[in-house]
Amino acid sequence: MLSAWSLILASFAYLGILFAIAWWADRRADQGRSLIANPTVYALSLAVYCTTWTFYGSVGRAAATGIGFLPIYLGPTLMMALGWFIIHKIIRVAKANRITSIADFVASRYGKSQLLGGLVTVIAVVGVIPYIALQLKAVSNSFTILAAAPEIVMPARTVAVPLFQDSTLYVAMIMAVFTILFGTRHLDATERHEGMVAAIAVESIVKLLSFVAVGVFVTYGLFEGFGDIFTRAHALPQLDRLLTTTDTAAGYGSWAMLTLLSFLAVLLLPRQFQIAVVENISEAHLKRAVWLFPLYLFLINLFVLPIALGGLLYFGPQSGVDADTFVLTLPMARQHEELALLAYLGGLSAATGMVIVETIALSTMVCNDLVMPLLLRLGWLGLNKRADLSVLLLDIRRWAIVIILMLGYIYFRLAGEAYALVSIGLISFVAVAQFAPAVIGGLYWKGATRNGALAGLVAGFAVWIYTLLLPSFAKSGWMPDDFMSAGLFGVQLLRPQQLFGLAGLDEISHCMLWSFLANIGAYIGISLLRSPDAREARQAGLFVDALHADHAGHWRGRIRDGNGTESQVEEILTLAGRFLGPEKARTMFRRYAASRNMTLETLKADANLVYFAEAQLSGAIGSASARVMVASVVEEEPLGINEVMNILDEASQVRAYSHELEQKSQELTRATTELRAANEQLQEVDRMKDDFISTVTHELRTPLTSIRAFSEMLHDDPRIELAERSRFLGIIVSETERLSRLINQILDMAKLESGRADWTTVEVDLGQVVHEACESLSQIYKDKGVTLTLEIAEPLPRVMADRDRLMQVMINLLSNAVKFVAQESGWVKVGAGGTANEVRVSVADNGPGIRPEDREVIFEKFRQGGLDVLTDKPQGTGLGLPISRQIIEYFGGRLWLECPPAGGAVFLFTLPLTTSDNAGK
Amino acid sequence: MYRSRLIAQRLAAFFLFGWLLFNYPMLALFNRDAAVFGVPVLYAYIFMVWLAFILMVAFIIEGRKD
Repeated sequence: MLSAWSLILASFAYLGILFAIAWWADRRADQGRSLIANPTVYALSLAVYCTTWTFYGSVGRAAATGIGFLPIYLGPTLMMALGWFIIHKIIRVAKANRITSIADFVASRYGKSQLLGGLVTVIAVVGVIPYIALQLKAVSNSFTILAAAPEIVMPARTVAVPLFQDSTLYVAMIMAVFTILFGTRHLDATERHEGMVAAIAVESIVKLLSFVAVGVFVTYGLFEGFGDIFTRAHALPQLDRLLTTTDTAAGYGSWAMLTLLSFLAVLLLPRQFQIAVVENISEAHLKRAVWLFPLYLFLINLFVLPIALGGLLYFGPQSGVDADTFVLTLPMARQHEELALLAYLGGLSAATGMVIVETIALSTMVCNDLVMPLLLRLGWLGLNKRADLSVLLLDIRRWAIVIILMLGYIYFRLAGEAYALVSIGLISFVAVAQFAPAVIGGLYWKGATRNGALAGLVAGFAVWIYTLLLPSFAKSGWMPDDFMSAGLFGVQLLRPQQLFGLAGLDEISHCMLWSFLANIGAYIGISLLRSPDAREARQAGLFVDALHADHAGHWRGRIRDGNGTESQVEEILTLAGRFLGPEKARTMFRRYAASRNMTLETLKADANLVYFAEAQLSGAIGSASARVMVASVVEEEPLGINEVMNILDEASQVRAYSHELEQKSQELTRATTELRAANEQLQEVDRMKDDFISTVTHELRTPLTSIRAFSEMLHDDPRIELAERSRFLGIIVSETERLSRLINQILDMAKLESGRADWTTVEVDLGQVVHEACESLSQIYKDKGVTLTLEIAEPLPRVMADRDRLMQVMINLLSNAVKFVAQESGWVKVGAGGTANEVRVSVADNGPGIRPEDREVIFEKFRQGGLDVLTDKPQGTGLGLPISRQIIEYFGGRLWLECPPAGGAVFLFTLPLTTSDNAGK
Repeated sequence: MYRSRLIAQRLAAFFLFGWLLFNYPMLALFNRDAAVFGVPVLYAYIFMVWLAFILMVAFIIEGRKD
């Protein structure tokens, strides 16, 4: 029933419908009513990840290794959970910098390096070609099988088929035509293809539905549910081993390695980058994709193992039916041709979706990062002067698409039969995984340099070629395979799949290990050799700080022949027009001007405009080429030492400011401590003042009370006898004297303490002062019968002091002494003598002495030694000694007390000799 | 802003958690010759965890819009 022609017809009809959807979506996009501005469409289009490798190959792998196909889908599930960081950031960076491919991304990140862009393109093309070959193989196989229905015949070995009878060649050509139709109908500065995305989303639905339909048919049509299939498989020893995984370190190691590999591939495959980043319309769409895309993967994998086991059970393990074809052959075996056709269309969807997006992404890279930079360098082509290059750009891309597909076909002819579908896909995965250090490292590490990225990519790619690509050629007999077993140059350690003797790993894990070791090692090692130059540092800043950065003003441009504003803008406009088409460029510039409230005529060629133009050109010819082109009309001032200094300045200002803040806070802390101390001192002084006042009041009240008491008695009682009266009056007079002395001394003390005392500092003969003091008190001594002796070592040197004040001190000491010695037997000795730098005076007595606890107290105000306040009447005011000490200290001397063990007390004071500088201190 | 940072952290935590659940040695625990409702435990384990993981991520990111 299904003839080859009806199959061809069905295929074209299906592709035609897809194309109609794409065309419709493009029209809607032009009208501004985008069909794909929808998170579900975005998530579905991401399912371009599922190719024929998933559709047919997973079953094949499951039939060989059980659940070994699953890491390929668990990795993406995990990556999508991180998508909120990584993919989000990449989208932000790509949008801001008009990045249109992964090559562009890497080139742009490391200082817009053309070399790097070219290298990434080469790796991507070489790495992905086996993967494209796989799609061609799958489509052609499925076509061959279905065309032979109802018989189940495995396709013959393709090598045997002459070139022009090989259906795969025609499949490749048809795919090329469709890709060109989908991807290169017109040039878009953003490289977005809304129509293509819409078609991919539809294909994703078809893929899922047809696969699930086959799964349900096998599980519930051929068998009686999951349990039935698994129970039957369990009964057969060959199948039972598929229900568990290899329980060895290498088995789990390769499981983890595959998870990591697919984790990276879902981000780094050119088509995934195209769909997830370039075709992304809104960052918010990511939110749904983060879980919907993994859910898609979950659903499409649910029936893989049942179909694989079902096929093995149905056909028997030795039937010769390739497990890769079970999705088709199981419905065919039961003559369900509609279901087989649906499965075929699902496979076709998977293949075309992958091929279209992948080749469009690759052709953009080839054009922007490989061909254009080369062409622009070749001056003799005169490209720099051609007016409109947009047609050329499209042509380059169309040719690139054709060449890539033909390369895929050639690989298929050379190596296609040596491998199952999944293994071929994994070879590609490892190749694109080499971008991981440069891309992910570049997003988070500012220190990475262009040389580091180059070295890492070259090293990783070289290891990949040696340990994976060349062996795949050797295994298919296309090149001699003796280097496989004997090693390069016969060195055993260099055997490509047991490099340095590492055996026991599968070839994919083995290659991953060595290539990543080389790649990451070189990337980090070479990057650390020098710090990034100005341009690398600037791009690193744009990428690493993408989520909080402003991108304007990175062009410090000025026009080379700046005559007037208008002509400058015109120059840039012409340049943009050559690549984007003059009309389109003009529209863009007009829109840009409008967004700044200007017209095309008033637009100024400032850094922003240059940046805008470069961004638009980046979309068409890649960031590296765009920079070269813009630089041809705009002179960029290099990041001069001044600007670097400015940046540094800003940074150091911030630092200085924070340093200042810290200092201020330290000062504040210090000030607080000082204030607290001062406050404590004040409180102490306040307390002392209160004490002083209460003491003074008390001291004043004592004589006042007795004066008052005796006055009242005299006043109230006129009968008091005369003798009594005169005794009372005597007391009153002496108390009054005491009172006035007290007041005088208080005033004196206050003056001294406040520093307001009047000092008359002159040269004083101390001996004379001592003599005079003794003389003035001689009457009191005589009255009491106390012996006063003087021992003065004449002549005493002169001192600078106030004569009267010194007299006051002497009189105070002498009168104190006479007060405390016994009548008649008492004596007081005054000594005076000079030493080299001071004069020393002592007043010694044979009185009762002073209790040890009182020896310092007596120098305090109102304190008197040896008194019981309650009973003894004070014999002095309690201010004499403090005042004396103040006076002596004022002149730089000392006044102190010594108590010889024999008894009595010796008051001594010293005064420094007259040297002009310590006088009056 | 705070909320989105929180979501990001939750997703990162889930990523690490998922990586553990989908690899050795957690897998080895279920890598045995047994079945639940006829389905081998390893197969059942992976698919159950996978679905739960997806639902949790969906819940985290699409959850309450407060």
